[in-house]
Amino acid sequence: MNLFKRTSPQPRKWSTFLLDYGVLIAFIALFMFLSIRAEAFLTVRNQLNILDQAHQIGLMALAATVVIIAGGFDLSMGAIFAISGVVAAFVARDLGQIESFAAIAPQLGWIVGIVVGTLFGLLNGILVTVLHINTFVATLASGIVIRGIALIITQAEQIRVSDDVFQSLARGGIGDIRNTIIYWLGLAVILTFLLTRTRYGRYVFASGDNPEAARLSGINVNLVRTIAFGISGFAAGLSGVISASRFLKAQNDMGQGLELIAIASVVIGGTSIMGGEGAIWRTVLGVLFLRLIENGFNLINVDTYYQDVFQGLIILFAVALDAMRHRRQ
Amino acid sequence: MNAETFLEARNISKRFYAVQALENVSVMVKRGEIHALVGENGAGKSTLGKIISGIIRPDSGQLLVGGRAVSFSAPRDALVNSITTISQEISLSGKQTVLQNILLGQEVSRAGILNFGAMQARFEEVRALSGFNIDPNRRVDSLRMADQKKVEVMQAIARNARLIIMDEPTAMLSDEETSTFLKIVRQLKSMGLTIIYVSHFLREVLDLADTVTVMRNGQVVRTAPTKDETLDSLVTAMLGKTMAQMYPPKHPPPSDNPIVFKVERLSSAVFDNINLEIRAGEIVGLAGLVGSGRSRLARTLFGAEAVTGGSVTVHGKPVALRSVGEAIRNGIYMLPESRKEQGLLLKQSVQLNMTLPHLSDVTGIGGVINTRAELGRIAGMIKSLDIRTGSAATRLNNLSGGNQQKVLFGKWLFKRPHILIIDEPTRGIDVGAKQAIYNLIATLAQEGMAILMVSSEIEEILGLSHRVLVMRLGRIVAELPSSGQDMTETNIMSAAFGTGQAARQDG
Repeated sequence: MNLFKRTSPQPRKWSTFLLDYGVLIAFIALFMFLSIRAEAFLTVRNQLNILDQAHQIGLMALAATVVIIAGGFDLSMGAIFAISGVVAAFVARDLGQIESFAAIAPQLGWIVGIVVGTLFGLLNGILVTVLHINTFVATLASGIVIRGIALIITQAEQIRVSDDVFQSLARGGIGDIRNTIIYWLGLAVILTFLLTRTRYGRYVFASGDNPEAARLSGINVNLVRTIAFGISGFAAGLSGVISASRFLKAQNDMGQGLELIAIASVVIGGTSIMGGEGAIWRTVLGVLFLRLIENGFNLINVDTYYQDVFQGLIILFAVALDAMRHRRQ
Repeated sequence: MNAETFLEARNISKRFYAVQALENVSVMVKRGEIHALVGENGAGKSTLGKIISGIIRPDSGQLLVGGRAVSFSAPRDALVNSITTISQEISLSGKQTVLQNILLGQEVSRAGILNFGAMQARFEEVRALSGFNIDPNRRVDSLRMADQKKVEVMQAIARNARLIIMDEPTAMLSDEETSTFLKIVRQLKSMGLTIIYVSHFLREVLDLADTVTVMRNGQVVRTAPTKDETLDSLVTAMLGKTMAQMYPPKHPPPSDNPIVFKVERLSSAVFDNINLEIRAGEIVGLAGLVGSGRSRLARTLFGAEAVTGGSVTVHGKPVALRSVGEAIRNGIYMLPESRKEQGLLLKQSVQLNMTLPHLSDVTGIGGVINTRAELGRIAGMIKSLDIRTGSAATRLNNLSGGNQQKVLFGKWLFKRPHILIIDEPTRGIDVGAKQAIYNLIATLAQEGMAILMVSSEIEEILGLSHRVLVMRLGRIVAELPSSGQDMTETNIMSAAFGTGQAARQDG
């Protein structure tokens, strides 16, 4: 039976390929350019350095990818970064004073910091799903509240931790590979598995693509999104605790604006801001791409002021590509 | 080409990705006539209308207006040639006044400052020409639907339209509003305007149009004077076969088949005291006007809308319809009315769509999907439903409407339900795929499934159902068994409108 007229199998067009793999091509091109132009670029030390520097945004951008695919945005990540760092430092410092807790105070600090971040993430999820508040507005507002709480805890002072053990979360490593690299690339592996191989991953894509159709497939879209925000809070919290650990101090205004760079990295990678489409490997490349610009441009002595302009243009370009993809469909 | 011809479409072709929407279509529209375009969903009639009104561009072919070749790349270009469109949905700015809407884009101004006096005068001109008496200062969204249609007509007149393309203009109107609107169309004709009337209401077309062009699968079957056509001749031309050949033979279940689905005194915010039973192997058709509550009832039976009272049992076991998940676990599945908005995830693969409600069947510890088992079962579904797709990884927006609809069936047949609710089983798909789906529904019933089918196409209800329920204003007002002569279009319509004698004892 001739069900519908069909031409020969659709040939894969070059333009489609470019739209889908633009970030990969751009990354390779920039990488090759820097390898040729800057001698210090293609050394193991510099490459490991780039990976290490990428962890802060990397952790957040990876989790933001899950939230964005599920159809949301988390603008409170920077604030969660701050409160987790502050709480971790606070617990490590003050419990360190109490003799019976002194031995485990640093580890408790890490854990409590991360748990607090995760809880705030879940709270965001509830605001967005149960109370039906727009995700931009909900997380913008909750971010202000969270940073306010951080201010109350710190009283605008730096919280300094004197126990060196607190530092081992961020500073340790295996050989030349820093813990930070293992954390964020490890999270990338875990989230890739979660999104591509598990039931929850399927539900994330479905909820972001079309929440009504997802609901009519028996999916609890609210729960799926709340968990996504929980992951986001966890990752932002971990990133904040690592920062506190690395510098042995935390303050309420740390991590301002990081959420925007994280979202930008996701977008540069090619994950759609419309939800329902995207991948973790894209975000890894997006994060590294921005790092390459900074690292490489420093190596070839481009003025930092130009870097900002260039980064902004890249983001615009990525969003334009996304819009173009959508028009085609 | 003679002087009488206002518009000619010559060898127009248009492809949307995998689907050839129009293939070498040629149509001539005479000045001052009402020219109807009819055809099944997907026949290409709307696409042709949109090409003439400049909304979409053809891949090849030519448009001639008054014998002159034109090329439209936007609706504005069509407007310059005095061609405007009135579509199914109202396209006015509801928050603006009638006058602002009618003169939208035709404002009279000097140096950017509006000249209200001149605009009022222009409005009076349009009002006189049309004969409609509508307060120019009312907000459009405060008007009734039929009056909003009048505003659209006045807008077309204000734009000096000589050809108006009407794409399913009465689809959203009530009966009474429709007859008012048809009078308006005749009046426009008497004013010398040319009308292209796209509609699937064949009686309306036979009543109204001078000439009718029948389309099928993107091609013109014929153009003929309406007086030479009948309902049957149009249907046969549209389908390429007679009505009787479209539907598989009916096999009503024996009356001692067990009752699978039983709904008693069910009520919600939109309906009241719903009682129904479906036996194994039975296809029950649910008819009613738009807004009668038929789709809301279907959604409620699927756990997607809240229940306020009553009970539902599946094979005698009570079911609490608290969520869609609950319905699915109890073997009640539903194919929603809008494939694109509610049924499928078009950006996702065949694979993701098909197993989405049944992932627990193919997942192991920790929610990890056993992809191999999953793909094996999907391959079986693709084969048995004859889904034409590159692979299980193909995204749905690369498939035709008919194949998407089959994926939707696959999604809900991946695991066999006890009760299958189908809301609009064949909306927006071509004739061939329609027939395949009719056969599938009949086969499922013969295998013992209980089926509740909601449809706005009465032919479909009549062609497939073993029993028909008619809803009106949130209640089931008639039950028409297929034995005997009760199951007719007239009986369904009179029950749906509340005008007939057909009534059922409410239990």
